[in-house]
Amino acid sequence: MSTEAAVKLTRKDFVSDQDVRWCPGCGDYAILAQVQKIFPELGIPKEKAVFISGIGCSSRFPYYMNTYGFHTIHGRAPAIATGLKVSRPDLHIWLVTGDGDGLSIGGNHLIHALRRNVELKIMLFNNRIYGLTKGQYSPTSELGKVAKSTPMGSADHPLNPIALAMGAEATFIARSIDTEAKHQQETLRRAAAHKGGAFIEILQNCNVYNDGAWEYLKAKDSKADTQLLLEHGKPMVFGKNKDRGIRLNGLTPEVVTIGNGVSTSDLLVHDEHDQTLAYLLGRMTPPNFPTPVGILFSTERPTIESLMNQQIQDAIEKSGPGNIDTLLRRGDVWSVE
Amino acid sequence: MATNPAGGPLEKATQERESVVIRFAGDSGDGMQLTGTRFTSESVLAGNDVGTLPDFPAEIRAPTGTLYGVSAFQINFSNKNVYTPGDDLDALVCMNPAALKTNIADLKQNGILIVDPAEFTSANLRKAEYENNPLEDSSLDKYQVYQVEVTKMTTLALKDTGLPNRSVMRSRNFFALGVVSWLFNRPIEPTLEWIQQRFGKTPVVAEANTLAIKGGYHLGENTDMFASSYEIKPAEIDPGTYRNITGNSATALGFVIAAQKAELPLFLGSYPITPASDVLHELAEYKNYNVYTFQAEDEIAGVGAALGAAFGGALAITTTSGPGMNLKGETMGLAASVELPMVITNIQRAGPSTGMPTKPEQTDLLQAIYGRHGESPLPVIAASTPADCFHAAFEAARIAIRYMTPVILLTDGFLANASEPWLLPSVDDLPGISVDFRTDPQGFFPYLRDEETLARPWVKPGTPGLEHRIGGIEKDYLTGNISYAPANHEQMVRVRHQKVAKITQEIPPTQVKGPEQGKLLVLGWGSTYGAIAAAVEAAQAQGHAVAQAHLRYLNPLPADLGDILSRYEKVLVPEMNMGQLLRLIRADYLVDAVGLNKIQGRPFKVSEVATRIARMLED
Repeated sequence: MSTEAAVKLTRKDFVSDQDVRWCPGCGDYAILAQVQKIFPELGIPKEKAVFISGIGCSSRFPYYMNTYGFHTIHGRAPAIATGLKVSRPDLHIWLVTGDGDGLSIGGNHLIHALRRNVELKIMLFNNRIYGLTKGQYSPTSELGKVAKSTPMGSADHPLNPIALAMGAEATFIARSIDTEAKHQQETLRRAAAHKGGAFIEILQNCNVYNDGAWEYLKAKDSKADTQLLLEHGKPMVFGKNKDRGIRLNGLTPEVVTIGNGVSTSDLLVHDEHDQTLAYLLGRMTPPNFPTPVGILFSTERPTIESLMNQQIQDAIEKSGPGNIDTLLRRGDVWSVE
Repeated sequence: MATNPAGGPLEKATQERESVVIRFAGDSGDGMQLTGTRFTSESVLAGNDVGTLPDFPAEIRAPTGTLYGVSAFQINFSNKNVYTPGDDLDALVCMNPAALKTNIADLKQNGILIVDPAEFTSANLRKAEYENNPLEDSSLDKYQVYQVEVTKMTTLALKDTGLPNRSVMRSRNFFALGVVSWLFNRPIEPTLEWIQQRFGKTPVVAEANTLAIKGGYHLGENTDMFASSYEIKPAEIDPGTYRNITGNSATALGFVIAAQKAELPLFLGSYPITPASDVLHELAEYKNYNVYTFQAEDEIAGVGAALGAAFGGALAITTTSGPGMNLKGETMGLAASVELPMVITNIQRAGPSTGMPTKPEQTDLLQAIYGRHGESPLPVIAASTPADCFHAAFEAARIAIRYMTPVILLTDGFLANASEPWLLPSVDDLPGISVDFRTDPQGFFPYLRDEETLARPWVKPGTPGLEHRIGGIEKDYLTGNISYAPANHEQMVRVRHQKVAKITQEIPPTQVKGPEQGKLLVLGWGSTYGAIAAAVEAAQAQGHAVAQAHLRYLNPLPADLGDILSRYEKVLVPEMNMGQLLRLIRADYLVDAVGLNKIQGRPFKVSEVATRIARMLED
């Protein structure tokens, strides 16, 4: 829109006057910085941007963005955001949630927001722990997690957020890492540009209650071996020496070393729009596989808000705009004199 | 005089009656709801005042002929004011033995009982748990029993249509309607017209139903089965345009018209639950009124989506029944904290838990007023009759917007499904609802309050220069920024209370029907209105100093209520609960009021309230 394009904003325009109250060293700072960095580039007037969150450390996010914001209740942000987006499709709504808020107490709302393809940009900060309530295991914590509520280790099998989003038929699914600034910016830009709901899992460190949870993915010396950086149209190659890749063996992906008769042409080529491939990628987990990072899947499907608003337009075209007298006199009406 | 479709005047004797209560009862598949609504339409066109109550089973398709598959529809029609669907029955139409078994206890001695003997087969009797055929023993001797061969005569009347037997049986209810229409001098022309409108696209069905209703009518007229018919003269009814309306329809209309008056889109977030779903169904048909209906994934999402829409500047509502209210509680707390307008409608049903979903109760009053965490006062408004649901819903929306607060609207399963003639309001007579979205950044603070209402400004996201954040964390009295300051919290708690208390300035003087002071005041709220009104009128007619006051505003209570209560020696509070308004009244006004409590999933009978009034007058 021309009015939107005309707005020249800077990072500072999106910084609110509130003190950021996350623990020093929290991964959330880095994510906030990337969002504030990319927002001026998106061409969204700041009054049209709304940040909505539930409860948890991540959910303090809206207070720090100088846009409209709504810090709601535990797990319910997708429901509240859906009501706003359906009735106000002109707004650009970003939703901030975490592994507890989005996958435990709010799991139901998250899957329904994804399947409805509400155009919400959902950032799920996954630190595999409950931080705000001081250190209980979360639905993404590894089995056997020793935490305050599980002194002998948790007995819960962890949830896979990407597989959940695939199951809910989200139209845009991505994964990024709090410390990977450039990758995160690019992923968020793509999410913003996507026509429909976007789900971005951001692996994030809680340095107080679960420090180092993603260290194996982040450590400078090993990350090339543990991350599979996805690029659309490119073969799936990884490793320090770019000598390993993912090949399909029947219906099962496998890790292969390039050479000895295996060439890059034998490798899987990433196709963001291939749903079957996305299912396979979503299930690739350590220690047998590198962790896929980037845009795992994107497709287009009408959003619920476009369909619902179209129905209203169609009804107005068919029956004319509502008239109170007609409405009152619907059905059997009689007069008494 | 009723018209005779066969031509020529009726020659039989006609007895005059002041009012009649009739119930149609049959199997779920017998079309009793349709028969009842058609008879209702005939009665209003005959000039009577009416009150109706459908009573259908919770099972969608119960096995044919069973006791739990019985569906019924009751109509009270009169030449006087009708306040309720009626107590005991003057006439009962039973399409099968199960209907007889489950309804006969409500028929007055010497009441008219119409049965179809063809349905009293041994198989049907067994399903209805009859050991002997009641038509053959003496168990029905105290009633005027008319064995009308509905099945046989319908088959005969429809023999030339070529319809298979199964389809012919579907017209039995129209035959019965014809018989009863003749018996009570109802014109059948409106139903004949209606049949053409409804079934015109399948002419054979239209013809079958036309033949059936005429056949029934002629049976009454031309045979000596009935010695006389009954006439109920027109009632004195205020002039104007009327329609018959159920409480749920009236609720839906109240919200749509409030939104139209406020020039806002209406957003309903809801999850299906009995007996509230019909409001969702009805609003889904009003899309051209800029109505969004969002069927959410659960009760919590229903109210959540509504709150999101309220944040965006819509008139937001959610509809539910008791169990759903519990699930919505946390979001109501958030709505109270962020002070956004919304109406939460609880169409109360018998609880706890699943309870009796199709049966009414008034057991959620204290939940509405107190049932949330923290100090989170919300206004509570209740509807008293089916048509009053319109005005109550409209008022709830008006208060919500004017005071920037969630409002709880209470109706119940009785009001939801019962119907009454509704004198259509003139659109111009309804109060205006002005919405003043804040757009001026000068001097803006998210929690800067209006002096008169203590409402904070309503700002639509998208308004330049007013970007701000709201949330459930306690906030600064003015800026809305997070604040844990002890004194600020107390100030916020107190101002949220004061804001709701200020709504007393909106409440008109409480209407007291009857003497301004005297022996007894009967105080009620909600759907008990009709039974109380009729019982109080009867006591007044006997010369007793009894008055009625009925509350629309339950929180805050009207400012004049304490004074009114003090003017009577005794106060009686009939409620379909264990005494919830009673507790409030006793606590707030130190009045030694007593309760009359019925918790059977059924409305009060007029006689039950009248008996208690008489006893209190004697003591």
